[in-house]
Amino acid sequence: MSENLLEVTGLQKHFPITKGLFKRQVGAVRAVDGIDLTVQAGETLGLVGESGCGKSTAGRLFTRILEPTAGKIVFEGQDISHKSVTQMRPLRRDVQMIFQDPYSSLNPRHTIGTIISAPLQIQNIPTPQGLKTAVQELLELVGLSPEHYNRYPHEFSGGQRQRIGIARALALRPKLIIADEPVSALDVSIQAQVVNLLEDLQSEFDLTYVFIAHDLSVVRHISDRVAVMYLGKVMEIAHRDDLYKNPRHPYTVALMSAVPVPDPVRRDRAQRDRVLLTGDVPSPINPPSGCRFRTRCWKAQDICAVEEPPLVRRLDDPDGHLTACHFPVVEDEAVAGRKPATINV
Amino acid sequence: MSSVTPRPYLEVKDLTVRFETDDGVVQAVSGSSFSLEAGKTLGIVGESGSGKSVTSLAVLGLHRTRSNAKVTGQIWLDDQELVTASNEEVRALRGGKMSMIFQDPLSAMHPYFTVGAQIVEAYRIHHPGVNKKVARERAIDMLARVGIPQPSRRFNDYAHQFSGGMRQRAMIAMALVNDPKLLIADEPTTALDVTVQAQILDLIRDLQAEFGSAVIMITHDLGVVAELADDVLVMYGGKVIEQGPAIDLFQRPQHPYTWGLLGSMPRMDREVRDRLTPVKGSPPSLINLPSGCAFHPRCPYAGRNGDRSFTDIPVLTGGAHSVACHMSAEERTKIFQEEVAPNL
Repeated sequence: MSENLLEVTGLQKHFPITKGLFKRQVGAVRAVDGIDLTVQAGETLGLVGESGCGKSTAGRLFTRILEPTAGKIVFEGQDISHKSVTQMRPLRRDVQMIFQDPYSSLNPRHTIGTIISAPLQIQNIPTPQGLKTAVQELLELVGLSPEHYNRYPHEFSGGQRQRIGIARALALRPKLIIADEPVSALDVSIQAQVVNLLEDLQSEFDLTYVFIAHDLSVVRHISDRVAVMYLGKVMEIAHRDDLYKNPRHPYTVALMSAVPVPDPVRRDRAQRDRVLLTGDVPSPINPPSGCRFRTRCWKAQDICAVEEPPLVRRLDDPDGHLTACHFPVVEDEAVAGRKPATINV
Repeated sequence: MSSVTPRPYLEVKDLTVRFETDDGVVQAVSGSSFSLEAGKTLGIVGESGSGKSVTSLAVLGLHRTRSNAKVTGQIWLDDQELVTASNEEVRALRGGKMSMIFQDPLSAMHPYFTVGAQIVEAYRIHHPGVNKKVARERAIDMLARVGIPQPSRRFNDYAHQFSGGMRQRAMIAMALVNDPKLLIADEPTTALDVTVQAQILDLIRDLQAEFGSAVIMITHDLGVVAELADDVLVMYGGKVIEQGPAIDLFQRPQHPYTWGLLGSMPRMDREVRDRLTPVKGSPPSLINLPSGCAFHPRCPYAGRNGDRSFTDIPVLTGGAHSVACHMSAEERTKIFQEEVAPNL
């Protein structure tokens, strides 16, 4: 059994909504509203969900860029939920982040050398061969040329910039990297190059990834385990193959059936099997009572509005396949029952 | 060509679009030709800078306000040539016979006018005799048809009051209000979540069946193309490098770049591959295109048959499913079957 690198329990992040001169709080955006997760050393945990489901906020909580409203974040046995910036600094060596937008995440006035060496300098990491050599090694590691040291971000393409961001995250040889939509801004062929690079680096440096993305096929490719989020909650979590072959939560089923398959021959079948969700994701300011997905779920019954289903093992699922649903989808039904949902919000 | 086939509704011949900039001439589109019949969907795929969006903007004549743009070639829309047509003539067609759905509906719609007012405006421009009340009814009817709940209430809302998916629906309503015969959709679902994307693609498919329009679907997502398109164009460096019926193109792709695109995609309908097999390198600069075949610096097979790849630009040949590549058809089939297909 591998050890847990990161353990998250009851994690919440509510962003207050204030009004008036005295900033009276009138409500809160419940971006992350109670999630429990573990990340094991050496694995890749995929975090998927649609926009506004709280996956990015969750990532920012794990790295403690944000402070949680409630709940606990334990990294390597240490509770880091409420550590101050200074207390967090030594831990930043072990937890790094890769951002989505390679254009806004690199300072346009800094050279690549300055950008990548910044973490080394802040952490006072000794570089026996000199800082420049250390940075150039990192550049080579991510597939860039060492001569790029003195160039500026605008001289690079999107894919190259994302490589620079990866080199910066790698500089401190972290244990855990939170990658927030690292490939979604890139062209298809460049996306695949970066995914391959992330996989190579993982095996070379024993990295653990939390891979946050909305693209279900990329998440399936890269992850060992996958958690599906909806409105600030984890709806289902399982080993990759269990989840994709046997999705239990109606939301997971709908999400997967919506992914277009690059095979025109299967077009008609894919359309027939598709679960079309109606309406939009409800507001995280005032999420539905009980199960949050019930307003768009074709299996919802009275109990779903009253009682929130716990995230537990359902039916005869293998260990570690947890679903938060009163009426999990059974295998045969997963195909036969795929009718467009008619419930509207 | 044979005279039996129906005359295509849209026919683009040898379209070239150049932009003169301070850094040099941008060869956005060089010599692309294609045609499209009514009721059919053409998918144009390519990465950023491949010329796919510029092609569609040229069809709509939206480059006309830019003094640095040079467009040559012919664009025939239903017996009318558009490249040489006057601004007034093109304006009469735009939004009427041909219309467009943009990627980002928030910036494509006016923030100061209600969504309804904008649809009414689009309708009345092309139907000058129609009074406001009738136009309003038409707009509400269109909003209802694209699946917007409570259309008469949403008529008075502004674009920012709509969710992403609803906004895209409203834009589709606006594009379809004049029963266009040609609808160009430029990455219409790229900004949307998958579940909403599925709704919008479904809607476009249904509306097309209802209205019988020809649709050009521009996207970087091969999955979206496979969902909707009858025919597919693959563009690279401003040129069409492969073109054919969708089923044929996905089952027997011919160009090494198309192989690379397919190899880059993790697929939900297959077992998980150990590794993706992307194209190496990055797309070329359109100011300084590589000599010969624009793809040769990234092509693993360049130089197999002498130096032609580096000196000669390959022409698109091969009938219904045509490809611009120096390798022979037999050679490509062999490589695809032996080296490429097993890794897809």
